[in-house]
Formats: sequence, structure tokens, C-alpha cells
Amino acid sequence: MNYKIIHKTEYSYTYPVNLCYNEARLTPRHHVYQQCNDSQFVVQPEPKDCRERRDFFGNTVYYFTIQQPHNQLTVTVTSHVELKDRELQLNFAEHLSWEEAHQQLHTDLNPEILEIRQYVLNSPMIPAMSELHAYAEKSFTTGRPLLEAVEDLSTRLYTDFTYDPDFTTVATPLGDVIKHRRGVCQDFAHLGIGCLRALGFAARYVSGYIQTEPPPGREPLSGADASHAWFSVYLPQLGWVDFDPTNNQMPTDQHITVAWGRDYADVTPLKGVVFGSGTHRLSVSVDCQRLDSGV
Amino acid sequence: MRLQSTNSLDRTARNFKKVIGDSYHNTKSAEQQIDEMLSRDRQINPHWHGFMQALDTLGLTEMESRHKEVQRLLRENGVTYVVHGEQQGHRPWELDPIPLIISNTDWDIISTGLTQRAKLLNLILEDLYGERRLIKEGLIPPEAVYAHAGFLHACVGLIPSGFPFLLNYAADLARGSDGRMWVLGDRTQAPSGAGYALENRTALARALPNLFGEVGVHRLSFFFRSLQNSVLDLQYEFGQLGQLESVSRMTSRQKDNPHVVVLTPGPLNETYFEHAYLANYLGYTLVQGDDLTVWDGRVWLKSLGGLRPVDIILRRVDDICCDPLELRQDSRLGVAGLLEVIRQGNVIVVNPPGSGVLENPSLMPFLPNIAKHLIGEELRLPSAATWWCGEPKQRDYVLANLKQLVIKPIYRQPGGRPLFGSELSRTQLDRLRAQINAEPHLYVGQEYIHFSTTPSLVEGKLEPRRTILRTFLFSAEARHHDDPDRGTSEEKDGYAVMPGGLTRCEGENGGLTVSIQGGGISKDTWILAPEPEPHISLWQQRTERIQTAAASEGLSSRAAENLFWVGRYAERAEGQARLLRIMLDKAKMGKMGLETSHLGQVAPSTLFTETFGEEAREVSELTYLRSMLRSLTGLTSSHPGFANKGEQSLESELLSIMLDTENSGSLVSTLQALVSAAYAVRDRWSTDTWRVMNNIENLCTTLENSVPKDANTSAQILTDLVLQEAELASLDQLMIFLSALSGLNAESMTQTIGWMSLDMGRRIERALLLIVLCRSSLVAVQDEWIEDLLLESVLAAAESLITYRSRYRAALHFPTVLELLLLDEDNPRSLLYQLKRLQEQIRALPREKLGYRLSEEEQLILEALTQLQLSDTMDLAERSEQTTQRNGLEKLLVRLAQILVDMSDVLTHTYFSHSQSSVVSNQL
Repeated sequence: MNYKIIHKTEYSYTYPVNLCYNEARLTPRHHVYQQCNDSQFVVQPEPKDCRERRDFFGNTVYYFTIQQPHNQLTVTVTSHVELKDRELQLNFAEHLSWEEAHQQLHTDLNPEILEIRQYVLNSPMIPAMSELHAYAEKSFTTGRPLLEAVEDLSTRLYTDFTYDPDFTTVATPLGDVIKHRRGVCQDFAHLGIGCLRALGFAARYVSGYIQTEPPPGREPLSGADASHAWFSVYLPQLGWVDFDPTNNQMPTDQHITVAWGRDYADVTPLKGVVFGSGTHRLSVSVDCQRLDSGV
Repeated sequence: MRLQSTNSLDRTARNFKKVIGDSYHNTKSAEQQIDEMLSRDRQINPHWHGFMQALDTLGLTEMESRHKEVQRLLRENGVTYVVHGEQQGHRPWELDPIPLIISNTDWDIISTGLTQRAKLLNLILEDLYGERRLIKEGLIPPEAVYAHAGFLHACVGLIPSGFPFLLNYAADLARGSDGRMWVLGDRTQAPSGAGYALENRTALARALPNLFGEVGVHRLSFFFRSLQNSVLDLQYEFGQLGQLESVSRMTSRQKDNPHVVVLTPGPLNETYFEHAYLANYLGYTLVQGDDLTVWDGRVWLKSLGGLRPVDIILRRVDDICCDPLELRQDSRLGVAGLLEVIRQGNVIVVNPPGSGVLENPSLMPFLPNIAKHLIGEELRLPSAATWWCGEPKQRDYVLANLKQLVIKPIYRQPGGRPLFGSELSRTQLDRLRAQINAEPHLYVGQEYIHFSTTPSLVEGKLEPRRTILRTFLFSAEARHHDDPDRGTSEEKDGYAVMPGGLTRCEGENGGLTVSIQGGGISKDTWILAPEPEPHISLWQQRTERIQTAAASEGLSSRAAENLFWVGRYAERAEGQARLLRIMLDKAKMGKMGLETSHLGQVAPSTLFTETFGEEAREVSELTYLRSMLRSLTGLTSSHPGFANKGEQSLESELLSIMLDTENSGSLVSTLQALVSAAYAVRDRWSTDTWRVMNNIENLCTTLENSVPKDANTSAQILTDLVLQEAELASLDQLMIFLSALSGLNAESMTQTIGWMSLDMGRRIERALLLIVLCRSSLVAVQDEWIEDLLLESVLAAAESLITYRSRYRAALHFPTVLELLLLDEDNPRSLLYQLKRLQEQIRALPREKLGYRLSEEEQLILEALTQLQLSDTMDLAERSEQTTQRNGLEKLLVRLAQILVDMSDVLTHTYFSHSQSSVVSNQL
């Protein structure tokens, strides 16, 4: 399946900004099931200094500065992405029980596992909380296959928490989300990760897009009008497996991955330091079209 | 006093009984504890003989008085340490006159061990921010690194491999009961203490000048010279790696004379003194984050003359605060975009951000294995035995032995202190146990080392005190060119080791922590030289450095603004003090009715009585006093004050103007503002200037404290103060200090842009003060003999009375006085003189050419000068019968004052405020 994604971010300032420094993680990355064939990164006004690099997690980062007074900043990224058929790991029973998986993750000394262990630790936006442990435990019954337990956890999050774009911002602490049981995709992903880490599993945050218009006969997904986010859990031997608790499903052919990291803070789509007075207004639009949708 | 060389290696402690005393041996814990001076059988160690002999000759009483001298020197040089917590403020630096002495052979072992450790840590750092093979191959558990807040993901790949990562390194050492030196901790971000070590040496060398040559002590200056050379070579080394894309483009300025800045968090930082001191000593520019900006992929200093490129940054800002874009977003201490400039190879930061990951005791248990793995060597210098709780067995050991261990978090939070199990209550231990169990990988347990003691001078006697030594290393790679100066310093395997260090000893006998923040006392550290090195005064060297620093003038706009305000505040304080002195003088002479409290009931003053006879005094005094008090109010900007007649009692207002810290216009407030502006540009002052500044600060404190807390009425206080003449004496002293400051500024500062800023501040303030004085005293039309009195006082307040008398030798004549005060170009106190000087400075300011158009500040000064010079003193002085004031004079003065205020604003806006507020935005 081929997708064309146009992600447009626009800042309007009340007073001209003279200088700004920015970092963008808006270019879809490659992985086993995904190929980014082309990505155009356009900034208005034209940046003075613009550089591309890979960060610690392998995400593409654009660094750019604007050194002239401007009232508006627009970043438009147009990407063409090809998704390969993803073999869904639905036969959960074939895989490790969560106890075995836990054991391997913490005793295996192979280089991959040793590197993966960093995703068990707390991260800036996902601190350890006893509530997470208590919530997660219920899905992890004795001898249950890890994937089945995670699927159950993801479903419970979908059921117990309300999707509410008005409740949280990017900076709402996880504690508030737990307390009020509402949030957006970012919060759902953080919750899932926090629960898994509380039990000693490796989990990471994935940012991306989902198809704006659903294929005929299918429900539109939540979070389609902006960036989306979900989480991924690590299984020894199998690798990373994605779960989207906001939509209660395992990503297949509608989820386009942009970047991953320990939590949102590692993959913030666009952040900047702006020198100027006054306030700004922000508008974001995402259009994610399936090109071969007629099939 | 010249000592004979010692041939008495067999001397016993008894020989020095006079200085050592029995009590030294009988100290309670002496049995288990080893002492630096004594061998196991309680004999004086050979390497202490020279010093003890000198001390014996000197005597403890003399040593005590030298100690006082040392403390005085340190205070006068403004050596401070900012203490946080309950007793906030600058604490004077404490230095014990007895050094820690280390023999040459012992030091050889120590410095070789330190060099090996630095080399090893550098390799670890390079690996952790590169391939992380140490983690993948199981030599370091992942949690020990990834859970450490000092590991910064943004810094992975920041530095090209092969370029030294750990350029600047410090280690805390203590001698254990086995006689070996143990490493207690590593400092790898921006180690502090080297400057204090240097200052300790300088102060001690002055107080005990002969001792160093006689005992034969390694000098510290070689280390700093080596550091300077290494810094100079950094760019070249970087270029050699082929990483500096612009190396071929590099101008010869960059190659031979890179612009080096010291990045400080600012005057509130606990070791700010040291940042300023080292910047000054090494000849680098001291900057704060706001002074720097990233532009076109480079780092620039915002200077008065525009942007100046920066090549190397020696930072004292924490890793996490270096760049709000990629690191901690809410920090204003760093520079937005800095990390990307480092990646491009366009600036070198020492140490690079991220290096703090090695300030991590959880690595200690793994170091011996890593050493074998990476360099194939055993560790020469052992780390204090450490158990990392992230491994179950080690955690169990720590939990079982909690009471005997020191517990540290793997990441040192600001203000965090290690916990000593033996000092904790049962509840505290339980809480600690729960914390460790919840997140075991965040804690280590460390063996409590029974540090050796070193003799310290306590109340005139030697007492053993436990000591810790901080040692300093700086990268010194093989050089591309030969420099004869270099050979002498200790450079081994890529690092130069400071032959000495900062020794800290416990403040009160028995405490378990030895830290400066916790109240410890510092010591000089003497490494004995095999043969005495020629003693070259560090003071002379430092003076050279000061000149270099001033000449290379990398003045930031912020520094220029502070200098401008130093000029203004110094001048304001002088004006206030002078006028206050005149007032108090009068008060003293006539006691000015201090027993009563209202202006209307002023008692006779001798001055008036002598001059005009009894009949005139009541009216004259009242009018005179009102005018003078109006001046005082204008000068101190403490409206309504005296301008509002009679509301406030005279005494309390005078007192407030002098001593009230709440009153922003008071003399003490002005002095506080002066000291704080000066402190913000601490590195710009010569030692002598700083001493004067210190005296001013001390005097300011004395003035503040001179107000008794429980006094009944201010009238009484003032009467008391005046009668004791304490205030007058203080004011006299203050006048002397301020004149000294002004003299040093005029005579000792290089007349570059920094001096210009200061001088402009002085000129503007002096002109404004003169205008205030004239407006409040001379504009109103009064009886002639009152005017004469006022003229005299104004002349005195404007420091022009003597000039007037010697020049005119006549009675006071209004137009002539105006001539002298306003229009006499030869009178350095006249208004015209100030404006002309100001014009000169303004002409010399760096600015873009605007064709034939004058800049705003040029226009303003031109207008002021024209208005003043076109005026006629006869017209200005004329008394008209109809009006109560001299309108022409008033109009002129008001206009000139307005121009000067505008001028100050224009200068601030155009030259000083290059910094803008920033906001961090995040977007989903």
C-alpha cells in the first residue's frame, strides 16, 4: 500500500520573531514493514541553516534556524510511504509466556537484549507510579503468553479510558491522566508503556500517522486529523510488536511510522526556541491519503 | 630567616614538641587513624621535616598571625564561595596555613594513577557516546548508564571519535588506613576547585614567602600554562581529524589566537569567584549564556562592537543546561543551538556536554575489568570499594551492611549529599531500605574510608583533621610544534596533572562529611620537588595576565552594561556621601536641633551665628536647610522625602537616606547596587580595584549594622551616631574608597571599550547630580546672604570650593559660581567638562556608518552641548523682582537633565541590550 502524507504546521506570531532554532522529527523512517520513498521538507521563510541527521534512535531530525524577522513560520512535509504486508502476530499462544520473556530479558547477555533493556527504565515523561503497576498486573495472569497479556492491557486501556482531545495537552502529567481516565493518543501510549515498564518489560513510544479517510466499510480511526501515537513492546526472539490502544488494534496497513523513542519527549515532531516577544497561534493539519485506495 | 638544609631524617616527633604538643598524639581516634605527618610508629615523616623545622623556627604564635594575614588577603581579594541553604550568601574562603605535604615519590605514584584513570575514563566516554560496546559486551550493565540522568541521548555522536572527550578532569582522593590513596569520586563535567587551589597558593606564598623556596615545592603555574597551550592547540587537533570542515578556511586569527570564553552560570553560582578568577588569570573572556548566540552555524559573542566569533568554550554550566533546544528546555544558562554547532565542528566545548555520565559511582565496581579490557592494565589507583545495588548480590550486601556504608545515588542531584548509614536513625534506615528496593539500580553503597588526618592550625595549636584532596588534570596531547616552555610541567600520556590540588579538611573535629559547602576548610597542597624550583611570584604573573585580558577585550554587551552602571553607581554614591557629609558636618557643628524633631524648631548653629549674627539665624537656617535637603532628596531619588516639606521628621528621613536598605535611593542601597554590578563583571577588575570594592562592601555592611535594632526613635539614633562621629568617620572612609576606585578606574584600566562604558556612566551620573544640586539650591530666588550660603554648599558638594577660592579669591558671586560649575571647561567637575568627555566617548563607540547622519546619541550630546554653551551666566544668574525663581536657569537645567536621561536609555537600547527573551515551543 502506498500513502501520501502532507503534514503542515503553521505558527503565527503577534509580534515579529527575529530568531528561532528548531528541531523537527517529521520524516517517516524505514522499518521492516515500511519504506519511505520520498520526503520533502519545506520551511517558510527559508531557513538560514538547515541540517539533517539521525538521532540516537535512528530517527531523521531536521535542524533549522531562521535569522530574519518573521510573523509566520510554516513547515510542510510531504512524504510518500510504502507499507508492506505485515504479518500479524495473532497466534499469541505460540509465543513466550510473560514470565519466560521477563526472565530472558533480564538474564540474557546478548548485545541486542542488553541494548533493549534501556526501554525498561523510566523516561522523562513516564515516571514509575504504583498505580501503573497495580493496573497492569490484572492482565498478567500466571503463565499467560506475553502478547496476549499486552493485547488484553491495550484493550482495557481502550475501554477504561476516554478519548478526549480537550482534556490534555502535550505537557499533561501521566498522573492526571490516570486520575481522570481521559486523554489523547499520546496519553494512551504513555499509559501502555508505563504499565509494561512497571512489570519490567521493554516498551517504546511510536509517533506517526493513520489514514485520514478509512477504506470503504471501515470505521474512521481516532487521531486521524493530526499526528498519531501508539506503543511497541519487545519480545525476545520476535522483536518489537506494535499496539494502538487508542483504537484498540494492532497496527497493520493503516499506521505510518515517523519516529520512535522512550516517550513523546524523544520524538516531539517540531520544537523550537524562539526569540521575540508576544504570543503565537498554532495550527496543524495532516492529510494522509492512500494512493491505491481503489483496490 | 634562612634554614639550614636538614640532615636529620631520624628526628622524632619529640624534637618538634614545641609545635606538635602531646595533645596531637592523644587525640581520641589517633590509634586507628593514620596521619599524613606521622609514620605508623608516630615519627615525623621525612617529607614533613623541612616544613616542621620551618614551623619550629617560626613558632606557632607567629604562624597564627600569618594565618590572620592569609585570611585578610583572601578577604581583600574577594575570594568567596556562595553558600546555598539556610545561611545564604557569600562566604569568605577559609584557608588553613598548614599545607598537605606529599612526597615526590608518593606523588609519582598518584599522578601516574590519575593519568591512567583519566585516559581510561576518556575511552569509556568515547564508547558510551559512540558504539557503546562496553554495554553490548556486558562490561557495564545498561542500567548503570541509561538510568543515569547524566547520559544525554542528544550527545551521542556529538564528538568525532579520536578527539579527546574528557579534556578536563578532577578526582577526589583520600588516603585509607592501608596508606594508599583511594579515589572517592570523579568530576568530569566542569570540575571546580583549580582556581581556588591557585588562589590558596598565592595567598600562602605571600604570607609565608620564604617557606616555599626552602621546602622545595612544585609550582602550580606550569599546569596552567600547559592548560593554556592545550586550549590553543584544540582546534588544530580537531582539524587533524579531518572533522573541522572549515579548517582550511580557518583564518590565522582562529589558528593562532582562537577566541576562548569561560561560560559561567553567573554571580549566583557557588563557585562564581573561581570562574571570574580563572578567566582573568588565563586571559579568557567571562561570559554568560545570554552573551552568546548561534548565528550562521557558529557561536558568537554579543559584544559592544557587534558579534564576535567564539572558537572555544570552557564551560562551567552543567551538561543539561547547555542548550535549551536539545537539552533542558527551561534553562537559560546555555545557548540555543549550541549542540548543532558542536556537531558541525565549529566550536569546541570543554568538556563536551554529556561528560557528566561519568560522575557515576555505579561504574566504580566495573572499572578494574574495563581497564583490563580497554587498555590491558590493572588500575593503579583503586576506587573506594563500591557496591552497585542494580545487581542483586551487591544490593543484598548493601542492605545487610547499611549501617557501615555510605549510600550515594548514582546521579548526584544539586544539593544532594551522601548518607552515612552510621548516622541514620532506625526510621531513616527503613526509609532508605525501601527507596533502594524500589529502584535499586539508582543507588550504590560505598565503604566508609577512614581518611588520613593532616595537622591543622586550630586556635593556635596543631590538631589532626581528616582531609580529602581534589586533583586536577587537563588533556595535553602530543603537540604539532615545539614550545620550550612546555617541557617542565608534568605531562604524561596525554594529560598534565596539576602538581598540587585543593585539599579540604573537616571544619569541626568529628564530622563525617568533608566539603566546602558543608563548612569545611581548605588547605594548600604541596608536592615536594626533588630539587627546589626557582620561586617566581605568581602575583607578577597574574598582573601580566590581567593586562592580556584587558588588551584582548572580548567585552560582552552585558559586561559593558554592568560597567556603565558601576560608573553611575560609584558616582552617585560619591555625590550622596559628599552631600550627607556636609549635612552631618553642619549637624555636628550646631547639633542642628537634633533634640527636637521638626525643621521649624532648629536650634542655632555656630556657623550661622558666626557669619550673620543671632538675628538672622532662624529664617536663614530654615531656608538653607530646606534647599540642601531638597538636593539630598533629588540625589537619592527618594521622593517625597524632603521635597514634601515637614511631613517626615528630619532625623528619620536623613537616617533612611543614609542607612535604609528598603529605600532604593539610600546610600547603602546605592552601595549595594554598586557592589553587585561590579561583582557581575568580577573578571574585569584588577586585584587592587577588587580590594577597594571589598572595602566598600564591608563598609556598607558596617553602615547597615550601625542601626541598633531596638532603638526607640530615629532622632535618638541619629544623635547618637553623630555624637559618636561614627557616621562621619564612615563617610570619610567611604569617600576615600570611592576616590581610590575612581583613581584606579582612571589610571589602571586600559582605555578600551570597557573603560569607555564605565566612564560614560560616570559622566552621565556626575552631570545629572550637578543639575539636581543646582536646581534645588540655585534656581529659587532667595535673600542674597542665603544664596551665598547655598552657593558655598553647592560648591563644596560639587568639589569645586577650593578651585573657586583659589581662582577668584573673592566673595561668592552668583554668575562666577555658575561659570565655574556649568561652563568652565577646565574644571573637571563642571557640567561642560562632563558633556565634552561624554561626546568624546560617544564618538569612539563602535557603530555602523550612517552616511552624514548623526546617530541618535550623537545628536543628543550635540544638542546638550549647544544649549549649554550658548547660555550666558549673567542671564542665568539674573534675579528678577517679579518672579521667585530663575526661569532661564531652570529651563536649561530641566532640558539638559532630560537629554541625559534619554542618552542613558539610547545607550542601553543600542549597545547593551542585545539579548531578547526566548520561549520554548513544543508542538504535537
